[in-house]
Amino acid sequence: MAVKLRNKLGIRLILMVGVTTVVSIGALSYLTVQFLRKSLEAEVERHANQLSETVKYGTRYDMLLNQPDRIHELINNMASQPSISRIRVLNKSGEVMYSSKEGDVGQMVDKAAEACYACHAANQPLERLSIEERTRIFKPDKGDSRILGIINPIYNERTCYEASCHEHVQAQTVLGVLDVTMSLQEVDFEIQKMELNITIFAVVAIVLISVVIGWFVRRWVDRPVSNLLNATQEVASGNLSFTIPIEQRDELGQLARSFNNMTSKLAEARMQLFQSDKMASLGRLAAGVAHEINNPLTGVLTYSSYLLKRCSHQPEMQNDLKVIVRETLRSREIVKSLLDFARQSVPKRNPADIHDIINRSLAVVENQLNVNHVQVVKNFNGALPPVHVDSNQMQQVMINLIVNACDAMAAKSGTITISTDLKSLSPQGMMVVKKAECPKRHSLLDNEVRFGGRSSIKLKIRGRGESGFLYLDALYGSHECRSTLHDPLEKPDDVACPQCGTSLIDRAARCPECGSNVFSVTIPGRGLFQVCAKPGCHWQKWDAAEEEGVREYAEIRVSDTGSGIPKDQVDHIFEPFFTTKGQKGTGLGLAVIWGIVDNHSGKISVETNPGKGTTFSIQLPVGKN
Amino acid sequence: MSEQSHILVVDDEKVVLDAVQTITRAEGFDVTASMDASHALSLLEEHRYSAIVCDILMPQMDGFDFLRELGQRWIQTPVVMTTGYSTMENAVKSLYFGAIDFVSKPFTADEMLSAIRRAVRYGALIRTAGATGGLPAFIPCPSRYRRLGYASWLNQESDGIAKIGVTDLMIRTVEPIEGVELSEAGLEVIQGSACAHLKTGDDLRHGVLSPISGQIVEVNPVFDTDFSILLKDPYFESWFYRVIPSELEYEMCYLTACSSDRL
Repeated sequence: MAVKLRNKLGIRLILMVGVTTVVSIGALSYLTVQFLRKSLEAEVERHANQLSETVKYGTRYDMLLNQPDRIHELINNMASQPSISRIRVLNKSGEVMYSSKEGDVGQMVDKAAEACYACHAANQPLERLSIEERTRIFKPDKGDSRILGIINPIYNERTCYEASCHEHVQAQTVLGVLDVTMSLQEVDFEIQKMELNITIFAVVAIVLISVVIGWFVRRWVDRPVSNLLNATQEVASGNLSFTIPIEQRDELGQLARSFNNMTSKLAEARMQLFQSDKMASLGRLAAGVAHEINNPLTGVLTYSSYLLKRCSHQPEMQNDLKVIVRETLRSREIVKSLLDFARQSVPKRNPADIHDIINRSLAVVENQLNVNHVQVVKNFNGALPPVHVDSNQMQQVMINLIVNACDAMAAKSGTITISTDLKSLSPQGMMVVKKAECPKRHSLLDNEVRFGGRSSIKLKIRGRGESGFLYLDALYGSHECRSTLHDPLEKPDDVACPQCGTSLIDRAARCPECGSNVFSVTIPGRGLFQVCAKPGCHWQKWDAAEEEGVREYAEIRVSDTGSGIPKDQVDHIFEPFFTTKGQKGTGLGLAVIWGIVDNHSGKISVETNPGKGTTFSIQLPVGKN
Repeated sequence: MSEQSHILVVDDEKVVLDAVQTITRAEGFDVTASMDASHALSLLEEHRYSAIVCDILMPQMDGFDFLRELGQRWIQTPVVMTTGYSTMENAVKSLYFGAIDFVSKPFTADEMLSAIRRAVRYGALIRTAGATGGLPAFIPCPSRYRRLGYASWLNQESDGIAKIGVTDLMIRTVEPIEGVELSEAGLEVIQGSACAHLKTGDDLRHGVLSPISGQIVEVNPVFDTDFSILLKDPYFESWFYRVIPSELEYEMCYLTACSSDRL
């Protein structure tokens, strides 16, 4: 989808700016030249007028005395200046009386031509004219320089018609005309020079502006826009990992940044869709299997339980039947847990001895351990009280952990150490928020962003004119959080519910550690969960959890001497379908374990040392709830 | 147990039919088996049965369609639903469409028998009450309550917390009760799965299906000393739990308003 050159945004911008520059600078230059030409001509005109007045008054006395030689002398002297081309005096009938050029005297001037026309056009001569009307500019021949002529009428005065020569009568108004012509050669040369200069300036300015604008458009518009275009095409073709290099801090830079942000979100969403699709097919598979197996199991269970009831008088047979019933019931639980996997069902808890569960689990995988030459070291705390757990589920957890440990040591024989202990732990770092709401009862828990498998509390944050989301680890006392804003806010202006926007800032409270704002989320039935709004401040308070105080937990640690888990994978191991075993694993084991432990209000965590081994530790609350 | 009780079993699996027939005959019931629902409907036109046991997933007409047909034909024979695909949704839907109980496969003889006995007693209760529609009850369910089938009730309190308990009719189908087994505060209950058990003299435990899902915040302590109150006042004093509902809006659509019982 290449854009035609003339349709390119950059080219269009350059063209637009270029045309505007050409038009405006061109107009400016033209007007400047016109103005300068007019002022120069006006200057010459004024000069010529002054000169003609000077000649008129200079010859006045000689005219009265009728001394033509002196007048000739004066006119010739005047006209000898280089810029003056000719000075003539004409009488009323158009005959040249005096001239600075010898041959002109006595010649008749055509009244329809030259300067006479201004007055004589209407046959009835005008007597007074403005200076513009008296001036004319003409070219005697092609190739000659321009000439400016000015006529100056000589008016009749008392001294003229009373003079002793009696040449003029009183009735005449105008006696004749003084005509001065000046060459415009110098002026024309100046104007030409100026025109050339201005044209050169205009061309240079236009070229320079175009180049500069062009360069900036290319740098700031063309390149980022074509990067964006390229990126959208990449994304459209399915490459969601494509990112635009960000070079600018302007709007296009921000656009690129939000584009990158959008594609990463899109990639995440696609991943989730993919996963939920896998989950859905697993669900369908489980449902089909469950239905098919449950019918034959019904036969076994109904008959065996019926027989068990009937043969109460035969203890031997009863014992055997009890085994059948018990094992069928166990099969029922297994099928049910397969069905419940997606729903993460509620555990059926009874007081149980953790050590029994571990021993039973070890018995199940004994064969596998022997084949792989794996040593098992038990380090049990004998004082561990019974723990309220679903024995079946907990056995599943232990079997999974032991098999994982065994797989981690596949290449070499190693040792699995299983230790148990009784620990007193404070609620911070143990209690997990399972439900969180805004004052309008919208749920704030988010399952997309997880911390160590736990859900997060999703909040909307605003500040510095930006807004984004903040994901907070749901574990009380954990300070982990993730923000969608690029730079962490120094201090958010507001923390709100992402659904309804209701502010969660508690106006009455202040963080006792840093004095910042505090926001609180409602934990239904368990009071408020308060958190300091300032990033970096770790103050949190959950009164309901604190009230329960320090509690006892049974801790189970399963350590192996295997290959460990690479650092970049540790964060993902509790996610469903994440596997390091390639085709061998389903990626469900640890996700299921996590779900079971979480349903028991317990906590599972992992420490790993690549190359040396991995330790999974599980803490389960001792006593009820 | 009434010697004349006649049970109709509908299932597309021969082994299940045989198993149910065997255990019910041994208990003195008459049993008729049918491999598909439409055949069962034709049988119902000719005979009266004390109770029906019906599978949900069947090839032609499924269990829900069968329940709907019964409703349209005004056949009040109590139905116990059963399925190998035992999701809570199936259980809840069964009760909503008029089944009186739900037993998931595979079941033990006692589980199925206790359900059948409750169904038979329920049928007898309906007949004695002579009711023609709605829910016959000796102690009526308060009209602002909602119920899951005839098993359990829910009353929403003003603070968003809901009280749940067992209906009068459920108690009457299992009495005499010898004990109540309740869960613990902090644990979850799930709509359609047993949240409590009623123990009866014949060593049977009858599960009370929870009307909603949520977390238990309080367990009624009254049963520690005296569970006879359950019979006298099932709707007020003898609630089981106070629960924070987790998906109330979604789950409400499967609950029947008790006000609709007063026809």
